[in-house]
Amino acid sequence: MSFKIVVLAKQVPDTRNVGKDAMKADGTVNRAALPAIYNPEDLNALEQALRLKSKIEGATVHVLTMGPARAAEIIRESMYRGADGGFLLSGREFAGSDTLATSYALACAIRKMGKVDIIVCGRQAIDGDTAQVGPQVAEKLGMPQITYAEEIIDCSENKITVKRRLERGVEVVKGTLPLLITVNGSAPACRPRHAKLTLKYKHAATPTEKQDSGSDYTDLYNSHPYLNINEWGVNDIEHDIQWLGLTGSPTKVKQIENVVFTAKESKRLTASDAEIEDLMKELIANHTIG
Amino acid sequence: MNYFSNNPALKFQLSHPLMQKIVTLKEQNFADKDKYDYASRDFEDAIDNYEKVLEIIGGICAEVIAPNAESVDHDGPLVLNNRVQYARGTQENHEALAQAGLYGMALPRQYGGLNFAMIPYVMGGEMVSRADAGFANIWGLQDCAETIAEFADEEIKAEFLPRVCEGQTCSMDLTEPDAGSDLQAVQLRATYSEKDGIWYLNGVKRFITNGDAQIKLVLARSEEGTNDGRGLSYFVADNKHDHTVKVRRIENKLGIKGSPTCELVFTNTPAKLVGARRMGLIKYVMSLMNGARLGVGAQSVGVSQAAYDEAIAYARERRQFGKAIIEFPAVYEMVSMMKAKLDATRALLYETTRFVDVYKAYEGLEASRKLTPEEKADYKDFQRLADAFTPMLKMFSSEFANQNAYDSIQVHGGSGFMKDYACERIYRDARILTIYEGTSQLQTVAAIRHVTTGTYLKQIRFYESQTINPEFDSLRKRLISMTNLYENSVNRVVESKNQEYLDFQARRLVEMAGHIIMSYLLIIDATRDKEDLFRKSAEIYLKFAEVETRKHATYIKTFEVENVDIYKIV
Repeated sequence: MSFKIVVLAKQVPDTRNVGKDAMKADGTVNRAALPAIYNPEDLNALEQALRLKSKIEGATVHVLTMGPARAAEIIRESMYRGADGGFLLSGREFAGSDTLATSYALACAIRKMGKVDIIVCGRQAIDGDTAQVGPQVAEKLGMPQITYAEEIIDCSENKITVKRRLERGVEVVKGTLPLLITVNGSAPACRPRHAKLTLKYKHAATPTEKQDSGSDYTDLYNSHPYLNINEWGVNDIEHDIQWLGLTGSPTKVKQIENVVFTAKESKRLTASDAEIEDLMKELIANHTIG
Repeated sequence: MNYFSNNPALKFQLSHPLMQKIVTLKEQNFADKDKYDYASRDFEDAIDNYEKVLEIIGGICAEVIAPNAESVDHDGPLVLNNRVQYARGTQENHEALAQAGLYGMALPRQYGGLNFAMIPYVMGGEMVSRADAGFANIWGLQDCAETIAEFADEEIKAEFLPRVCEGQTCSMDLTEPDAGSDLQAVQLRATYSEKDGIWYLNGVKRFITNGDAQIKLVLARSEEGTNDGRGLSYFVADNKHDHTVKVRRIENKLGIKGSPTCELVFTNTPAKLVGARRMGLIKYVMSLMNGARLGVGAQSVGVSQAAYDEAIAYARERRQFGKAIIEFPAVYEMVSMMKAKLDATRALLYETTRFVDVYKAYEGLEASRKLTPEEKADYKDFQRLADAFTPMLKMFSSEFANQNAYDSIQVHGGSGFMKDYACERIYRDARILTIYEGTSQLQTVAAIRHVTTGTYLKQIRFYESQTINPEFDSLRKRLISMTNLYENSVNRVVESKNQEYLDFQARRLVEMAGHIIMSYLLIIDATRDKEDLFRKSAEIYLKFAEVETRKHATYIKTFEVENVDIYKIV
């Protein structure tokens, strides 16, 4: 029985390690100054997908990412950790996409994959922090969705049981396949790269990469089909051009402000009940808590 | 942070000219490439594979093992119902490495290994030790699999080796309450049952690292009525945790607290014979011991690096009298000396490992075809060099790791004495290095033979003849005069024809040879290196080595044979 799991993953600038040259003068992100990494919550998603794969006989995990040629790194990284392969959706037509255009493009690509049982993605990417793409993809595909997932507890007979992490606790819900899950950063960290898989897949490449590298391993790609990473351009998916890229993106950035945090006044309390009570009252009064 | 990618000194060692020979011998025409999808295809691919895997280890070291080190040291393992329970962090470290397929790196692919040379495996050991020296023991015990691969029959190999690759841990059970350095006194009994067609082990072992491992290599007395090394054989036991092997207690140690050191009771434990009877101590343990000493060398260099990391970070950050303390001569001298000792022992570590690699690869090759006379001679040369360098490495690297750990605390001042800084744990962890797998004193016993037979001198002359950057000519001149001093000192001691006098001066002679060898290695590395990684250390180490050599030479020159009597204590 085939069981198809698709992971949506994104290559993002590492905004967690921001230096002083992280922003350009015009207020946009200086991508050159930040290393490109696997979006952290997408790694949590990949781990959930890989765990599911190990529980279901015949299950496969494929990663779908949209981005420039170098985003193929995300697919290789996934293969090093246990994914079976992936698809890079790439082309200038996709450039400048906001969440709406991104989810449209991703949904078109998923439709092309045929029957998909589960789509797993990170809750949000650290460059935009919108948490919109996952839910929008589900809507466009007409699938139910479970957000903020922390653990896939069970998956059998077309039903899935998922633990969600909410602000004030956890919730266990059931859904019917096919469906989309967005995974929270509180879910288990992704397994490390596996040595043998890394050596097996290190030459995996997209057609563009193979062309650019002038690699002398041509025979290798013919004899080892799993080393060919799928690369789809705009013509490989069924689409309406007006919904793609900049034209398909209604979000317009009005202004970006460079906020510099400064320390405010500090207060020193002695460990007395009275002072702590005063502080509580003050915090409730100014709506910091409560 | 990645302990491999962020440490150019490691990558540099992978570019050594001997690597071509090592990989070529090891991969035997890259015949595995059509059988295994992860096998290397050519030399460049093999080195790239080493780097890829070392990057994985380097990442796990920095992101999992190092952050766990403090809590592992604090919590330590427990004994529950005669079983060992690792500290939470230890369990996590082990799972991460097992999940990444990093156990059994050096084993042949047919058993699930990566068939890696010793060089990348030893680098893994160095990095793991830098992250947590105690955990390095659990990881490093995959050495036991090497012994099985080398000496056991096919059936045992097929049974145990794939399990090692899946992450089952090993232990080597040698020591007993009355058999420490003197393993000939081992008493644990092995009796063969004709009825069951299997051996049974009965007795007690003590100080067994990771004693509750799944796979145990046990030295036991198989020949009733004997009482020396020739009555001992080597066994492999599958610890099924059915209480035939009970953990009676674990030791409360000064350092490497995460590594459980167990006292074990064997009661009718089923076991299989490894190799031939009576060869347990004479052949197999000696071989295992050499591997273990190389492992402690790697562990020591890792500890030296960790001590240096902590010292330099603190010295840069800590300000006194209006400036960072690294700006004071007393501090920067200390920190630069730490770096020089680190670089010197790392150079010696990988030089030794290359010698081991070449001769082990020949050993592997010999199993599949007859070696030519030239190959045979080459094999023997490298084996001799490995034998000579291993005890020297073990002695120097462990002593320097302790000195660096000591200095690391000194750089921290009063803060370093508190539990708040990692340097105090590193200091405690370092202390065992000069003791286990043979004390520094016993390494001298193993090394002195190569002083008197001239193995070291011959190799020193070989280094002397190497092409070096002309700017190091003056350093080489000084090394040549140091070598003359060494030769004179050796002659003076040997000519006495007095064994006790030779034993008395042995450490000094081995140290002289070691200082000269490490100085040469640094100069040769600094010549080959394009990024200027070793020049400073080469000059600093040579200054230190020169004084040490002269000191020892003077001591020996002014020492009369009968002066030994002054030291005797009755």
